[in-house]
Amino acid sequence: MALRGERVTLAHGGGGRAMRDLIEEIFTSVFAPPGMEDQARLMSDALHDPGARLAFTTDGFVVTPMEFPGGNIGKLAICGTVNDLAVGGATPLWLSAAFIIEEGTEFAVLRRIVATMAREAEAAGVRIVTGDTKVVERGACDGVFITTSGIGVIPASRDMAASHVRAGDVAIVNGVLGDHGATILAARGDLALSSAIESDCAALGHLMEAALSAAPEARAARDLTRGGLASALNEIAEEAGCGIVIDEDALPLRAEVVGMCEILGLDPLYLANEGRLVLFVPADQAEAALAAMQALPEGEGAAIIGRAVADHAGQVRMRTAFGGTRIVDMLVGEQLPRIC
Amino acid sequence: MKFASEFRDPKLARALLQAIAEKADAIGATREKPVHIMEICGGHTHSIFRYGLDKLIHEGVEFIHGPGCPVCVLPRARVDECIELAERPEVIFTTFGDAMRVPGSTKSLIQAKADGADIRMVYSPLDALELARRNPDREVVFFGLGFETTTPSTALAIQQAAREGLANFSVFCNHITVPEPIKALLDDPYMMLEGFIGPGHVSMVIGFHPYDFIAQDYGKPIVVAGFEPTDLLQSVLMVLTQIEAGQARVENQYGRVVPEHGNSVSIAAINDVYEKRPSFEWRGLGEIDASGMRIRDAYRAYDAEEKFGIGYAVGRREVPEVEGCACGQVMTGRIKPTQCPQFGKGCTPETALGALMVSSEGACAAYWQYGGARTAAE
Amino acid sequence: MCLGIPGQIVEISDEARMMAVAEVSGVRRAVNVACIADGPLDRLIGEWALIHVGFAMARIDEDEAAQTLAALHELGETQEALEQMAAGDAALEGRV
Repeated sequence: MALRGERVTLAHGGGGRAMRDLIEEIFTSVFAPPGMEDQARLMSDALHDPGARLAFTTDGFVVTPMEFPGGNIGKLAICGTVNDLAVGGATPLWLSAAFIIEEGTEFAVLRRIVATMAREAEAAGVRIVTGDTKVVERGACDGVFITTSGIGVIPASRDMAASHVRAGDVAIVNGVLGDHGATILAARGDLALSSAIESDCAALGHLMEAALSAAPEARAARDLTRGGLASALNEIAEEAGCGIVIDEDALPLRAEVVGMCEILGLDPLYLANEGRLVLFVPADQAEAALAAMQALPEGEGAAIIGRAVADHAGQVRMRTAFGGTRIVDMLVGEQLPRIC
Repeated sequence: MKFASEFRDPKLARALLQAIAEKADAIGATREKPVHIMEICGGHTHSIFRYGLDKLIHEGVEFIHGPGCPVCVLPRARVDECIELAERPEVIFTTFGDAMRVPGSTKSLIQAKADGADIRMVYSPLDALELARRNPDREVVFFGLGFETTTPSTALAIQQAAREGLANFSVFCNHITVPEPIKALLDDPYMMLEGFIGPGHVSMVIGFHPYDFIAQDYGKPIVVAGFEPTDLLQSVLMVLTQIEAGQARVENQYGRVVPEHGNSVSIAAINDVYEKRPSFEWRGLGEIDASGMRIRDAYRAYDAEEKFGIGYAVGRREVPEVEGCACGQVMTGRIKPTQCPQFGKGCTPETALGALMVSSEGACAAYWQYGGARTAAE
Repeated sequence: MCLGIPGQIVEISDEARMMAVAEVSGVRRAVNVACIADGPLDRLIGEWALIHVGFAMARIDEDEAAQTLAALHELGETQEALEQMAAGDAALEGRV
């Protein structure tokens, strides 16, 4: 153990021995990337498939607090990037991870984050093959920021895009909505709310594989991160040039999340998720896709929530439990708690 | 959720809608000649759109959205004063979330926060008190806004601060009252209102006798209502029943929460800490006599206006309201949000000119968000 | 305006400051109970109150709630009966 003290200092970003110790002890010993080059050299049989395409994505992660019920920023970083690849129909294979670390961050916190990342990567069947660390002065960032990029391979037989959604297609979500957003609201502490809700953060690669085997004609999927279900559906409606109708009664929601939304005057449709997606499939494959999802733990609460329609193109509407309808718009800015 | 879910039963709502339709037909209300009912409270406006009640209800019943959104009626000058307070280096400025986006003359609190002001969103004035305890070297200012429902919470917080001798806590008081603007609306010659849905949670504090004048002096029925969909529909039915019988009474549909004389502890706290201002400025309605509260001299140490020498403490400041914004006329029920020349053009939630588009409870934002108008316009 | 939600008082957390814990659908928050206190605070445990900005503002009257609901259900049944009668009349007149 060459690392001294309990916290990261600027010396750990200085390019010398302290930096090498940090990288070896905290990162490479856990991630075990091949060799110690700045570039990963990658081989996969999937690339030999004529017509197969590479999928490439990148995502930055910042979250306060860094550790929360049901996960931490490391889990978000792996799952978020795996999910970005998976919802496009790709099989996720390789990830990079770049860390910007605020001086003063405890080694113990870093170790927990990195251990989680290694565990989640293994479970999702991806390898962390390259990375980077930078240390910045106190106040220049908030704890740890992580950027992960991911590469996956899309089999020749698959072609998913929001623009493929057409009237009649059925929308399926893989579980209760808003758990992650509600967890973070409670964990921040400034609203002084406590609940047993945990983040829904999960990698959805296996779920997508199962759903696509059951519904090979699936048109498109989106992961429901910032802006929640409402934002994802609006994007799809806009790109597909059709309308979307969802049923309020069909939305899977946890009572605690509804309670938190009632207290703060928020709408669960806009709460962030980190392990939820919406999948559009032709109506005749909907039941098969639903059953395939429900058979996996990350799809246990899957439900059909609505469908694409020919009218009100580009617009999402919700049939309320009352038989009324309301437009579900894109969110403007951040959802703020309403008090009066 | 107990006391909420039962009142969201679609079956009961259908029965109420049916009864409302029969009543509306009986009094000859049609799309061309509707009965105008004002829901005073922004929370009711929100429920109407959230459940799509405006579209489900008989076309002869038209909801006019009243001035009951405290964020919406906040004049620009007061937002400017908030920002002036928030930008003082010693101040931690605490506020409810929905006040963050209200535009001042040059910026909103969100923009002031981005510019470096220490502004924190809290759920309760109690959280602001806690911040003051934990930051003895900083001045914690709480942005007190809201009608009679919220006024007791800041009064109790000020009393608690006084008990503890928390010298670094103060309230920037923008509390306002419901009866005065309603009287101002009723005196407006353009008013076409036949009945009122009264604010449930305000009444929980002040009881329902403060509305007696609406029935007695102006001959209009008013029914104090809860916020669940069946509460609202039942209240509409009660208003229509009064209209049909040619009556004008104050009725209470929300008996499970609203006692006749309100809450004595709340009223005592309000009277101990606050007194009426001679007048207070409302966005779109101008100055209304005796419609705002100020902190009494006994609690002067907790009055941010006195402490930092701003606002009404140093005399009036005129900030002209936005050109071409018809918030005032929308709020008096004279025009609908969609009839404002700026609606959806110069004024959208992204580029709000008036506060009715800023707060999610504002009539214009609710129209925009829940498509009350956009679907009608298609 | 005035977002309020029914919550149940589940514990008294600070007698001197009149603070209790209220629960709404499994979500807990410290609330001030000065407005609903009339005697020992322990008696409030189990009570339902209307929660607004961290204050329990009013006790919820269970009898009143039950009465409101009963009236609504009665109306529902009346409407249903009327609809059935209308349907019956229509059937008799062969207008179905």
